[in-house]
Amino acid sequence: MTGFAALLRKELLEQWRTSRLPVVATVFLLVGLSSPLLARFTPEIIKAVGGDQFQIVLPTPTAADAYDQLAKNLGQFGALIAVLLAMGSVATEKERGTAALILTKPAGRGAFLVAKLVAIATTLGISTAIAAAGAWFYTLVLFQPLPLAGFAAATILQWLALVAYAAITFIGSTLTRSALAAAGLGVAAFIVLGILGIAPAIGRYLPTGLGAPARSLALGRTGVDVFGPTIASVVLIGALVGVAWLAFRRQEL
Amino acid sequence: MTAPVTSLTASSAVTPPAIEASGLTKRFGAILALDRLDLVVPPGSIFGLLGPNGAGKTTTIRILTGLARATSGSATVAGVEVGLDEPELRRSLGYLDQDPRFYGWMTGRELLELVGRLHGLAGSELRSRVDEMLARTGLTAAAHRRIGGYSGGMRQRLGIAQALLHRPQILFLDEPVSSLDPEGRRDLLELIAGLRGEATVVFSTHVLADVERICDRVAILDRGRLVTEGQLEDLLAAHARPIYRLVPAPGQSGAVDVLVDRLRAAPWTTVASAGDDLVRVTVSDPVAAAGGILPLVVAAGVVLDAFERTRPTLEDVFLELVGPATADDLDGRGFIRPREVSDR
Repeated sequence: MTGFAALLRKELLEQWRTSRLPVVATVFLLVGLSSPLLARFTPEIIKAVGGDQFQIVLPTPTAADAYDQLAKNLGQFGALIAVLLAMGSVATEKERGTAALILTKPAGRGAFLVAKLVAIATTLGISTAIAAAGAWFYTLVLFQPLPLAGFAAATILQWLALVAYAAITFIGSTLTRSALAAAGLGVAAFIVLGILGIAPAIGRYLPTGLGAPARSLALGRTGVDVFGPTIASVVLIGALVGVAWLAFRRQEL
Repeated sequence: MTAPVTSLTASSAVTPPAIEASGLTKRFGAILALDRLDLVVPPGSIFGLLGPNGAGKTTTIRILTGLARATSGSATVAGVEVGLDEPELRRSLGYLDQDPRFYGWMTGRELLELVGRLHGLAGSELRSRVDEMLARTGLTAAAHRRIGGYSGGMRQRLGIAQALLHRPQILFLDEPVSSLDPEGRRDLLELIAGLRGEATVVFSTHVLADVERICDRVAILDRGRLVTEGQLEDLLAAHARPIYRLVPAPGQSGAVDVLVDRLRAAPWTTVASAGDDLVRVTVSDPVAAAGGILPLVVAAGVVLDAFERTRPTLEDVFLELVGPATADDLDGRGFIRPREVSDR
């Protein structure tokens, strides 16, 4: 991991200077704020738009609906943003020649990759925390307070799922010289994981499987099996980084 | 087009070579970009890697800096075996690409600070080295500007600054003056010449005058093969044939044409050419030519403003060994067509 500290510093500065962190944080904040609002006012919006044409009786929204809306939005918009953040991270540097600039210095290729993924995970972490804070506050205002510790733990699991999507895209970015191909891999993985996630035996050990324990934690339920899905996702991310490193250390620049 | 490989390696030095390559070969499919290159670069020398576009200069530098992998053969740089993921190799070397690329969002100072940190510099030492390099490359005023707004010449100078920042033992410069204006070119050549004895510089170019100006050793590559390698003076002595320059007085074009025809017919003439008010005669037998040229001038009725025997240049050596490229030798980009091999 030669040169990791210097490279991480550069990557974090790049996240800020290229406006990735401010933009993603803003988008996530809007997602966080809008989720409880949507949950709270959807029945009224439908009623106002549909008038007397709809005879559907919608249940009274609850704090659980607010959380579900947040989880759904982060699972879709968040995953898409994770793919966008990771798609060009290595491929673009190889294509533009800046990877060659760095890697003719005393910098290990493992450090080069890990610094990038840590910076992406940091941007996603800060943004997810901001989204969660906004959602928790509006849930408090519009419904009732959700347990803070459980909500925070749920946020960490949501973040972990997003990092897994970023890591899948990241390996595509490392293996190819095309950001578009990497994005294709990330989106394909998102769809495949969504399909596989339907099968309970496999699904709970996939990043999509983090949703159920996260929901239970956020709503204050006890006896939730968090460790299995969490460890599975951490191992998946580690394995993806390992494969990326094995491939990257053999690549000519 | 190619000449047999000759070697004029200096007498064996006691100190280990800065760079040593043995049988370095690089293939891209059927294309043979580098063919069993053997190279020894003594420490402290300014080593010119010469050849036409497509000769294998950049491929050689990319392998030696660990950016590309040799298909076969081996090489050491500063005693470290070259490899793709070998940070130790990079501690002792500086590298400037022929088309240096940087992060457009960074400022020049930030880039140099990043490079310095990667080389283990910190604190006041880092700041003073960065300041020194910015000043040395004339970028102090632009240090806080984004690199994305730099001109081509400024980027090239920033590339030189980052390559020299950590006082490398070995410096690889791939076509370093290609995008510099004449003043920048002169400054860089002086800067490189100033490193003589302090660092080993490997300097690739196809501009022969630059090599002649600053290099003490030269290797000539052609289509991936080492044609010759040695001390510049030794190469000039061994390969360049004597040349006579005749400057006719103006307004004698008819007589000059006659003279050139007669010179071409002389048995001791290798090449006789006229152009830019100058007749240039390359000879195979200098003694016979010394006695034979002036009588031909008199017989042709040409009045000369000047007549001299000149020192052969590196260009003469290059043309002698590699020969001028013909239209068939070049691809659409002006690069020498690489050799293709069937035994993959």
